[in-house]
Amino acid sequence: MKSSIRIMLAATALVAAPPLLAHGVAAGALAIGHPWSRETAPGQKAGGGFLTITNKGKTEDRLLSATSPAAADVQIHMMKVEDGVMRMRQVTGGLAIPAGGTLELKPGGYHIMFMGLKKPFKQGDMIPATLAFARQGKVAVRFKVQPIASTAPMEGGHGGH
Amino acid sequence: MADIEGGTPPMVVVRRILWVLVAVAAVFGVILAVGGGDGSKSAPAASAGAAIGGPFTLTAADGSTLTDRTLKGRPFAIFFGFTRCPDVCPTSLARMAQLREQLGPDGMKFDIVFVSVDPQHDRPADIGSYVALFKTPIIGATGTDAQLAQIQKEYGVYVRKVPIEGGDYTVDHTAAIYLMDKDGHFVTTIDYHENDKTALEKLKRIIA
Ligand SMILES: [Cu+2]
Repeated sequence: MKSSIRIMLAATALVAAPPLLAHGVAAGALAIGHPWSRETAPGQKAGGGFLTITNKGKTEDRLLSATSPAAADVQIHMMKVEDGVMRMRQVTGGLAIPAGGTLELKPGGYHIMFMGLKKPFKQGDMIPATLAFARQGKVAVRFKVQPIASTAPMEGGHGGH
Repeated sequence: MADIEGGTPPMVVVRRILWVLVAVAAVFGVILAVGGGDGSKSAPAASAGAAIGGPFTLTAADGSTLTDRTLKGRPFAIFFGFTRCPDVCPTSLARMAQLREQLGPDGMKFDIVFVSVDPQHDRPADIGSYVALFKTPIIGATGTDAQLAQIQKEYGVYVRKVPIEGGDYTVDHTAAIYLMDKDGHFVTTIDYHENDKTALEKLKRIIA
Protein backbone atom coordinates (compact mmCIF):
# COMPACT_ATOMS: atom_id res chain seq x y z
CA MET A 1 0.00 0.00 0.00
CA LYS A 2 2.68 2.48 1.03
CA SER A 3 4.82 1.70 -1.97
CA SER A 4 1.90 2.12 -4.37
CA ILE A 5 1.26 5.53 -2.86
CA ARG A 6 4.90 6.34 -3.39
CA ILE A 7 4.65 5.27 -7.04
CA MET A 8 1.58 7.43 -7.53
CA LEU A 9 3.41 10.33 -5.91
CA ALA A 10 6.34 9.90 -8.22
CA ALA A 11 4.01 9.85 -11.20
CA THR A 12 2.45 13.19 -10.28
CA ALA A 13 5.66 14.87 -9.24
CA LEU A 14 6.15 16.62 -12.56
CA VAL A 15 4.93 20.11 -11.69
CA ALA A 16 4.77 19.98 -7.94
CA ALA A 17 4.81 17.11 -5.53
CA PRO A 18 1.69 17.56 -3.45
CA PRO A 19 0.55 14.80 -1.11
CA LEU A 20 -2.40 12.81 -2.42
CA LEU A 21 -5.76 12.48 -0.72
CA ALA A 22 -7.53 9.61 -2.46
CA HIS A 23 -6.75 10.97 -5.90
CA GLY A 24 -7.23 14.50 -4.67
CA VAL A 25 -4.41 16.88 -3.96
CA ALA A 26 -3.46 19.19 -1.09
CA ALA A 27 -1.50 22.27 -2.11
CA GLY A 28 -0.92 24.90 0.53
CA ALA A 29 -4.29 26.07 1.78
CA LEU A 30 -6.11 24.35 -1.07
CA ALA A 31 -7.56 20.85 -1.00
CA ILE A 32 -8.59 19.59 -4.40
CA GLY A 33 -11.12 16.75 -4.33
CA HIS A 34 -11.33 13.89 -6.82
CA PRO A 35 -11.07 15.48 -10.24
CA TRP A 36 -13.03 13.38 -12.73
CA SER A 37 -14.07 13.38 -16.32
CA ARG A 38 -16.32 11.36 -18.60
CA GLU A 39 -15.14 8.87 -21.17
CA THR A 40 -15.31 10.11 -24.75
CA ALA A 41 -15.95 8.38 -28.05
CA PRO A 42 -13.53 8.44 -30.96
CA GLY A 43 -14.41 11.51 -32.98
CA GLN A 44 -15.70 13.33 -29.93
CA LYS A 45 -13.30 16.25 -29.70
CA ALA A 46 -14.10 17.62 -26.28
CA GLY A 47 -14.85 16.56 -22.74
CA GLY A 48 -15.69 18.16 -19.42
CA GLY A 49 -13.71 17.88 -16.19
CA PHE A 50 -15.11 18.32 -12.70
CA LEU A 51 -13.58 18.80 -9.25
CA THR A 52 -13.98 20.57 -5.94
CA ILE A 53 -11.50 23.01 -4.44
CA THR A 54 -11.64 23.88 -0.76
CA ASN A 55 -9.73 26.83 0.58
CA LYS A 56 -8.67 26.22 4.17
CA GLY A 57 -6.75 29.46 4.32
CA LYS A 58 -7.72 32.94 5.43
CA THR A 59 -7.29 34.58 2.04
CA GLU A 60 -9.33 34.17 -1.12
CA ASP A 61 -7.64 32.41 -4.01
CA ARG A 62 -8.73 32.18 -7.64
CA LEU A 63 -8.65 29.37 -10.17
CA LEU A 64 -7.35 31.22 -13.22
CA SER A 65 -6.77 28.62 -15.90
CA ALA A 66 -5.85 25.04 -16.67
CA THR A 67 -3.68 23.24 -19.18
CA SER A 68 -3.30 19.61 -20.14
CA PRO A 69 -1.06 17.65 -22.47
CA ALA A 70 -4.17 15.61 -23.36
CA ALA A 71 -5.95 18.51 -25.07
CA ALA A 72 -5.07 21.26 -27.52
CA ASP A 73 -6.89 23.80 -25.39
CA VAL A 74 -8.34 23.83 -21.90
CA GLN A 75 -10.81 26.45 -20.73
CA ILE A 76 -13.02 27.09 -17.73
CA HIS A 77 -16.69 27.04 -18.71
CA MET A 78 -20.05 27.66 -17.18
CA MET A 79 -23.10 25.71 -18.29
CA LYS A 80 -26.64 26.77 -17.59
CA VAL A 81 -30.06 25.55 -18.64
CA GLU A 82 -32.40 28.51 -18.66
CA ASP A 83 -35.82 28.78 -20.31
CA GLY A 84 -35.21 25.28 -21.64
CA VAL A 85 -32.03 26.24 -23.46
CA MET A 86 -28.53 24.98 -22.64
CA ARG A 87 -25.93 27.69 -22.82
CA MET A 88 -22.22 27.24 -22.26
CA ARG A 89 -19.85 30.16 -21.86
CA GLN A 90 -16.18 30.62 -21.18
CA VAL A 91 -15.42 32.01 -17.75
CA THR A 92 -13.08 34.97 -17.92
CA GLY A 93 -11.24 36.32 -14.92
CA GLY A 94 -11.19 33.00 -13.09
CA LEU A 95 -13.31 31.57 -10.32
CA ALA A 96 -13.01 32.64 -6.68
CA ILE A 97 -12.37 30.16 -3.90
CA PRO A 98 -13.31 32.20 -0.85
CA ALA A 99 -11.38 31.84 2.40
CA GLY A 100 -12.88 28.87 4.21
CA GLY A 101 -15.10 28.12 1.22
CA THR A 102 -15.39 25.51 -1.50
CA LEU A 103 -15.61 25.96 -5.24
CA GLU A 104 -17.44 23.15 -6.97
CA LEU A 105 -17.07 22.34 -10.64
CA LYS A 106 -19.82 19.80 -11.25
CA PRO A 107 -22.44 18.86 -13.84
CA GLY A 108 -25.03 21.58 -14.20
CA GLY A 109 -22.57 24.35 -13.41
CA TYR A 110 -18.90 25.01 -13.97
CA HIS A 111 -16.53 22.61 -15.72
CA ILE A 112 -13.04 22.40 -17.08
CA MET A 113 -13.43 22.08 -20.85
CA PHE A 114 -10.87 19.89 -22.58
CA MET A 115 -10.95 20.78 -26.26
CA GLY A 116 -9.16 19.19 -29.16
CA LEU A 117 -8.58 15.88 -27.39
CA LYS A 118 -5.40 14.19 -28.59
CA LYS A 119 -7.02 10.82 -28.08
CA PRO A 120 -10.29 9.59 -26.56
CA PHE A 121 -10.60 9.53 -22.78
CA LYS A 122 -11.01 5.91 -21.71
CA GLN A 123 -12.54 4.69 -18.48
CA GLY A 124 -9.85 4.42 -15.82
CA ASP A 125 -7.45 6.82 -17.56
CA MET A 126 -5.93 9.50 -15.37
CA ILE A 127 -5.79 12.70 -17.41
CA PRO A 128 -2.95 14.94 -16.26
CA ALA A 129 -3.65 18.65 -15.99
CA THR A 130 -2.15 21.69 -14.35
CA LEU A 131 -4.38 24.19 -12.60
CA ALA A 132 -3.15 27.75 -12.20
CA PHE A 133 -4.22 29.69 -9.10
CA ALA A 134 -3.69 33.37 -8.37
CA ARG A 135 -2.03 32.70 -5.00
CA GLN A 136 -1.13 29.04 -4.91
CA GLY A 137 0.39 29.04 -8.39
CA LYS A 138 0.46 25.87 -10.43
CA VAL A 139 -0.90 22.61 -9.07
CA ALA A 140 -0.78 19.28 -10.88
CA VAL A 141 -3.90 17.14 -10.75
CA ARG A 142 -5.19 14.10 -12.56
CA PHE A 143 -8.75 13.69 -13.78
CA LYS A 144 -10.04 10.18 -13.40
CA VAL A 145 -12.06 9.08 -16.42
CA GLN A 146 -15.41 7.54 -15.51
CA PRO A 147 -18.31 6.08 -17.51
CA ILE A 148 -20.10 8.66 -19.64
CA ALA A 149 -23.25 8.17 -17.58
CA SER A 150 -21.55 9.42 -14.40
CA THR A 151 -22.92 12.53 -12.77
CA ALA A 152 -20.62 12.52 -9.75
CA PRO A 153 -17.17 11.24 -8.86
CA MET A 154 -16.93 7.56 -8.01
CA GLU A 155 -14.52 7.43 -5.12
CA GLY A 156 -12.64 4.44 -3.88
CA GLY A 157 -11.98 3.17 -7.38
CA HIS A 158 -14.28 0.15 -7.07
CA GLY A 159 -16.96 1.22 -9.51
CA GLY A 160 -20.41 0.00 -8.43
CA HIS A 161 -21.36 -0.83 -4.86
CA MET B 1 -1.89 16.22 -34.94
CA ALA B 2 -2.79 18.78 -37.55
CA ASP B 3 -6.47 17.99 -37.58
CA ILE B 4 -7.11 17.83 -33.88
CA GLU B 5 -10.01 20.24 -34.20
CA GLY B 6 -11.71 17.88 -36.62
CA GLY B 7 -10.93 19.77 -39.80
CA THR B 8 -13.24 18.53 -42.51
CA PRO B 9 -11.59 17.12 -45.62
CA PRO B 10 -12.49 19.13 -48.75
CA MET B 11 -14.16 16.11 -50.39
CA VAL B 12 -16.52 15.75 -47.47
CA VAL B 13 -17.36 19.43 -47.69
CA VAL B 14 -18.08 19.10 -51.39
CA ARG B 15 -20.21 16.04 -50.72
CA ARG B 16 -22.13 17.87 -48.04
CA ILE B 17 -22.74 20.84 -50.28
CA LEU B 18 -24.02 18.47 -52.97
CA TRP B 19 -26.29 16.82 -50.45
CA VAL B 20 -27.70 20.18 -49.49
CA LEU B 21 -28.34 20.96 -53.16
CA VAL B 22 -29.96 17.59 -53.73
CA ALA B 23 -32.14 17.97 -50.68
CA VAL B 24 -33.19 21.49 -51.57
CA ALA B 25 -33.74 20.85 -55.27
CA ALA B 26 -35.28 17.41 -55.22
CA VAL B 27 -37.29 17.45 -52.06
CA PHE B 28 -38.31 20.98 -51.24
CA GLY B 29 -38.10 22.82 -54.50
CA VAL B 30 -36.64 26.16 -53.68
CA ILE B 31 -37.40 26.27 -49.97
CA LEU B 32 -34.62 27.94 -48.07
CA ALA B 33 -33.39 26.87 -44.71
CA VAL B 34 -35.67 28.83 -42.43
CA GLY B 35 -35.10 29.10 -38.69
CA GLY B 36 -32.44 26.99 -36.97
CA GLY B 37 -28.82 27.47 -37.86
CA ASP B 38 -26.75 30.52 -37.12
CA GLY B 39 -28.35 33.70 -36.00
CA SER B 40 -31.76 32.15 -35.60
CA LYS B 41 -33.55 34.10 -32.94
CA SER B 42 -36.51 31.77 -32.78
CA ALA B 43 -37.99 31.24 -29.36
CA PRO B 44 -36.95 28.29 -27.20
CA ALA B 45 -38.95 25.10 -27.45
CA ALA B 46 -42.61 25.72 -27.20
CA SER B 47 -44.39 23.64 -24.61
CA ALA B 48 -47.78 24.21 -26.15
CA GLY B 49 -48.40 21.03 -28.07
CA ALA B 50 -49.95 22.49 -31.21
CA ALA B 51 -47.66 21.74 -34.12
CA ILE B 52 -44.51 20.12 -32.75
CA GLY B 53 -43.15 17.37 -34.95
CA GLY B 54 -43.53 16.55 -38.61
CA PRO B 55 -41.74 14.90 -41.50
CA PHE B 56 -37.96 14.95 -41.54
CA THR B 57 -35.05 13.26 -43.26
CA LEU B 58 -31.74 12.67 -41.50
CA THR B 59 -28.76 10.34 -41.77
CA ALA B 60 -28.48 7.71 -39.05
CA ALA B 61 -25.16 6.74 -37.48
CA ASP B 62 -24.83 3.70 -39.76
CA GLY B 63 -25.23 5.90 -42.81
CA SER B 64 -28.81 4.84 -43.53
CA THR B 65 -31.59 7.33 -44.01
CA LEU B 66 -33.69 8.09 -40.97
CA THR B 67 -37.07 9.71 -41.48
CA ASP B 68 -40.20 10.25 -39.44
CA ARG B 69 -41.58 7.22 -41.28
CA THR B 70 -38.70 5.02 -40.09
CA LEU B 71 -39.77 5.78 -36.54
CA LYS B 72 -43.49 5.22 -37.13
CA GLY B 73 -45.15 2.50 -35.07
CA ARG B 74 -43.08 3.08 -31.95
CA PRO B 75 -43.13 6.01 -29.54
CA PHE B 76 -39.85 7.87 -29.30
CA ALA B 77 -37.96 10.33 -27.13
CA ILE B 78 -35.90 12.75 -29.18
CA PHE B 79 -33.11 14.99 -27.95
CA PHE B 80 -31.01 17.54 -29.84
CA GLY B 81 -27.39 18.22 -28.97
CA PHE B 82 -23.79 17.76 -30.06
CA THR B 83 -21.04 15.37 -28.99
CA ARG B 84 -18.67 18.12 -27.79
CA CYS B 85 -21.33 19.17 -25.30
CA PRO B 86 -19.65 18.24 -22.02
CA ASP B 87 -22.55 18.37 -19.65
CA VAL B 88 -26.22 18.53 -20.56
CA CYS B 89 -26.03 16.06 -23.46
CA PRO B 90 -24.35 13.17 -21.63
CA THR B 91 -26.43 13.94 -18.55
CA SER B 92 -29.69 13.84 -20.51
CA LEU B 93 -28.84 10.72 -22.51
CA ALA B 94 -27.59 8.93 -19.41
CA ARG B 95 -30.81 9.88 -17.71
CA MET B 96 -32.90 8.48 -20.55
CA ALA B 97 -30.92 5.25 -20.36
CA GLN B 98 -31.51 5.10 -16.63
CA LEU B 99 -35.24 5.86 -16.89
CA ARG B 100 -35.53 3.16 -19.53
CA GLU B 101 -33.94 0.70 -17.14
CA GLN B 102 -36.35 1.70 -14.40
CA LEU B 103 -39.26 0.89 -16.70
CA GLY B 104 -38.11 -2.71 -16.93
CA PRO B 105 -39.27 -4.58 -20.05
CA ASP B 106 -41.49 -1.59 -20.97
CA GLY B 107 -38.32 0.45 -21.30
CA MET B 108 -37.71 -1.08 -24.71
CA LYS B 109 -41.15 -0.04 -25.97
CA PHE B 110 -39.88 3.34 -27.12
CA ASP B 111 -36.90 4.56 -29.09
CA ILE B 112 -34.36 7.09 -27.93
CA VAL B 113 -33.17 9.38 -30.71
CA PHE B 114 -30.19 11.72 -30.44
CA VAL B 115 -29.85 14.29 -33.21
CA SER B 116 -26.57 16.16 -33.50
CA VAL B 117 -27.16 19.74 -34.57
CA ASP B 118 -23.43 20.13 -35.22
CA PRO B 119 -22.78 18.16 -38.43
CA GLN B 120 -19.63 20.20 -38.99
CA HIS B 121 -17.97 18.23 -36.17
CA ASP B 122 -20.21 15.20 -35.77
CA ARG B 123 -20.20 12.82 -38.68
CA PRO B 124 -22.75 10.02 -38.53
CA ALA B 125 -20.16 7.41 -37.50
CA ASP B 126 -18.89 9.69 -34.69
CA ILE B 127 -22.42 9.99 -33.38
CA GLY B 128 -22.70 6.19 -33.49
CA SER B 129 -19.64 5.67 -31.33
CA TYR B 130 -20.83 8.41 -28.99
CA VAL B 131 -24.30 6.98 -28.36
CA ALA B 132 -22.82 3.47 -28.00
CA LEU B 133 -21.14 4.62 -24.77
CA PHE B 134 -24.54 4.81 -23.05
CA LYS B 135 -24.98 1.02 -23.12
CA THR B 136 -28.56 1.12 -24.31
CA PRO B 137 -29.85 1.30 -27.89
CA ILE B 138 -29.93 4.95 -28.96
CA ILE B 139 -30.56 6.01 -32.53
CA GLY B 140 -27.96 8.62 -33.41
CA ALA B 141 -28.50 10.89 -36.39
CA THR B 142 -27.60 14.15 -38.01
CA GLY B 143 -28.22 15.79 -41.35
CA THR B 144 -27.32 18.51 -43.73
CA ASP B 145 -27.83 22.07 -42.62
CA ALA B 146 -31.08 22.17 -44.58
CA GLN B 147 -32.35 18.91 -43.11
CA LEU B 148 -31.50 20.05 -39.60
CA ALA B 149 -33.09 23.44 -40.16
CA GLN B 150 -36.27 21.64 -41.12
CA ILE B 151 -36.49 19.35 -38.10
CA GLN B 152 -35.40 22.13 -35.73
CA LYS B 153 -38.17 24.32 -37.05
CA GLU B 154 -40.76 21.57 -36.78
CA TYR B 155 -39.79 20.74 -33.22
CA GLY B 156 -39.28 24.35 -32.18
CA VAL B 157 -35.67 23.60 -31.28
CA TYR B 158 -33.48 26.59 -30.60
CA VAL B 159 -29.94 26.23 -31.94
CA ARG B 160 -27.28 28.90 -32.05
CA LYS B 161 -23.56 28.59 -32.62
CA VAL B 162 -21.54 30.78 -30.28
CA PRO B 163 -17.85 31.42 -30.96
CA ILE B 164 -15.45 30.76 -28.11
CA GLU B 165 -11.81 31.71 -27.66
CA GLY B 166 -9.40 29.85 -29.91
CA GLY B 167 -11.56 29.89 -33.04
CA ASP B 168 -13.90 27.16 -31.87
CA TYR B 169 -17.58 27.43 -31.12
CA THR B 170 -20.14 25.97 -28.80
CA VAL B 171 -23.79 25.38 -29.57
CA ASP B 172 -26.60 26.80 -27.45
CA HIS B 173 -29.50 24.47 -27.85
CA THR B 174 -32.85 23.42 -26.44
CA ALA B 175 -32.27 20.99 -23.58
CA ALA B 176 -35.73 19.45 -23.45
CA ILE B 177 -36.40 15.86 -24.44
CA TYR B 178 -39.42 15.62 -26.74
CA LEU B 179 -41.73 12.68 -26.22
CA MET B 180 -43.64 11.58 -29.31
CA ASP B 181 -46.31 8.88 -29.64
CA LYS B 182 -46.18 5.96 -32.05
CA ASP B 183 -47.71 8.07 -34.81
CA GLY B 184 -45.07 10.75 -34.41
CA HIS B 185 -47.40 13.14 -32.64
CA PHE B 186 -46.05 15.32 -29.90
CA VAL B 187 -47.11 14.34 -26.38
CA THR B 188 -44.96 16.33 -23.97
CA THR B 189 -41.38 17.20 -23.05
CA ILE B 190 -39.11 16.14 -20.23
CA ASP B 191 -37.41 19.20 -18.86
CA TYR B 192 -33.78 19.20 -17.78
CA HIS B 193 -34.70 20.22 -14.24
CA GLU B 194 -37.61 17.82 -13.88
CA ASN B 195 -37.51 15.01 -11.32
CA ASP B 196 -37.37 11.35 -12.29
CA LYS B 197 -40.82 10.55 -10.96
CA THR B 198 -42.54 13.01 -13.29
CA ALA B 199 -40.30 11.97 -16.16
CA LEU B 200 -41.19 8.30 -15.63
CA GLU B 201 -44.91 9.08 -15.61
CA LYS B 202 -44.53 10.92 -18.88
CA LEU B 203 -42.66 8.03 -20.45
CA LYS B 204 -45.40 5.66 -19.31
CA ARG B 205 -47.88 7.88 -21.11
CA ILE B 206 -46.17 7.50 -24.47
CA ILE B 207 -45.72 3.74 -24.19
CA ALA B 208 -49.22 3.10 -22.81
CU1 LIG C 1 -17.64 23.62 -21.92
